[in-house]
Amino acid sequence: MSALLSVTDAHVAYGKVEAVRSVSLEVGQNQIVTIVGANGAGKTTLLSAIMGIFPLKGRVAFAGQDLARLDIEDRVAMGLGLVPEHRELFVTMNVEDNLELGAFRIERAKAKASMERIYTLFPRLKERRKQLAGTLSGGEQQMLAMGRALMGEPKLLMLDEPSLGLAPIIVADIFRIVTELRAGGVSVLLVEQNAQAALKIADQAYVMELGEFVLSGKASDIAANERVAASYLGFQHEGASVL
Amino acid sequence: MNTTIMLFLVQDGITNGAIYALLGLALVLVFAVTRVILIPQGEFVTYGALTYASLASGQLPGTAKLALALGIGAFAFDLFVARKALHGRLILRSFLTNVVLPAIVLALTFYFAAQKPPVAVCIALSLVIVAMIGLYLYRVAFQPLAHTSVLVLLIASVGVHLALQGLGLLFFGAEGQRGPAVLSGSFTAGALRFTGQSLTVYGITIAFIVGLWLFFGLTLYGKALRATAVNRLGARLAGIRTTLSGQIAFLLASVIGALSGIMIVPITTLYYDSGFLIGLKGFVAAIIGGLVSYPLTAVAALFVGIVEAFSSFYASNYKEVIVFMLLIPVLLLRSLAAPAVEEEKD
Repeated sequence: MSALLSVTDAHVAYGKVEAVRSVSLEVGQNQIVTIVGANGAGKTTLLSAIMGIFPLKGRVAFAGQDLARLDIEDRVAMGLGLVPEHRELFVTMNVEDNLELGAFRIERAKAKASMERIYTLFPRLKERRKQLAGTLSGGEQQMLAMGRALMGEPKLLMLDEPSLGLAPIIVADIFRIVTELRAGGVSVLLVEQNAQAALKIADQAYVMELGEFVLSGKASDIAANERVAASYLGFQHEGASVL
Repeated sequence: MNTTIMLFLVQDGITNGAIYALLGLALVLVFAVTRVILIPQGEFVTYGALTYASLASGQLPGTAKLALALGIGAFAFDLFVARKALHGRLILRSFLTNVVLPAIVLALTFYFAAQKPPVAVCIALSLVIVAMIGLYLYRVAFQPLAHTSVLVLLIASVGVHLALQGLGLLFFGAEGQRGPAVLSGSFTAGALRFTGQSLTVYGITIAFIVGLWLFFGLTLYGKALRATAVNRLGARLAGIRTTLSGQIAFLLASVIGALSGIMIVPITTLYYDSGFLIGLKGFVAAIIGGLVSYPLTAVAALFVGIVEAFSSFYASNYKEVIVFMLLIPVLLLRSLAAPAVEEEKD
């Protein structure tokens, strides 16, 4: 079976500084793939470049089609969704409007059904549907950002640090929903600093350090790797780079 | 000053202020969505007014030809951008909206101009012509720069303003023109006399503000425009094309400008360069509203209109100076109230 997303030999640079070097990855249908790594490793840059926010040298193919020269909006239309680290919500608009706009490209009747599904997935959003997005708590904003991306009916949802700054109970909830998405047929590419939680739910994993993948394989194997455990799962002092 | 004069001045101020309000709202809208400070807003006013006046006097306005020329330019841009992957349907759509549409409008204008059309036809044609100019201008002058800094966009805006003003001189000549009243007749209420034209101004302004409020609050495209203004990246991630938002914003701004011109030209003689000063007063209101607040802009515009009316009574030579001086305390207060912001780097 061919991969849903396939990135080959990707390079991303900020001016002369290469933030991502020679990275290749694949995400299959109904898979959760995670990229773990320390802060500043280039994970967010890679995700943003796959989405078309930054230019990327190399090849990115989605559902068999080359994404080069396609705008962010075209990628969204193809079924690629991104929930960015800063969520990028429409803070002066209410929850319902944010969700409705997530389905901007979808038929109205379908969008209505999608909204009901999102409200079932995130009942808290239904309670807050008339509240302005900017007044929601961090966890609710994360749910809204995920809900907005899901309204566009993506085949692959890329999540950038969804657990950042959230209470453990909400993090657990969000990770539970990510696994539900996979069950519903949505593939997920998850970038996380919380490696432990990410590796627990992922099928495949990549470990990123200083712009490069230094390890990849089954998530369970990566989680069992001693060096990964030492660096990212908190079994050794933080920041150690032993890979 | 007695109460009657004061009432006259307030009435006059509100009539002008209503037009500044519309222009100010258009400026805020365009800036919020595209980050363009729309200096050529004044030219939309002039073009609308003088196209209307030319048509009413049985002349073919040069703006109809300009719309076709800009449309061909816009089509050329679309072709250039799509050169590596030409999609027949997209090219056909671009050809129809950018070339066929202005060609049909030019033909209609040519046909109607020869027979001194009724006011309604003049208004409709003028609005369509200026709306097309606004739409194609965005495609030709601003869309290719959409990702540059506010300063670059401002420079482009000044360039477009100068070009349009020069073309205005070419199309309409140095002589001023007046157009027929949209609504004739008048009535008096106490000391005040209301003409059909001033009532038209109030009615259209209120209708437009309510219309915009409904458009932004209830329709998906209106919400998409607001979303683009609030968060461009967020909007793109939701699949909302910022170019589409830009086109809608420019379309609305040009229609508002043209409509304002059509409302003014029966009251005042307008010249090819009159729009600039009128647009600037809308700009003063927009700045008072911080280029973000619609209600504050509308209120500020009424205030600008009233200050202008009173200063033209007391010191008519200095009326523009007094109106533009309103900006200084506002900018001073804003600069003191707002924290220092780093210069934009993008």
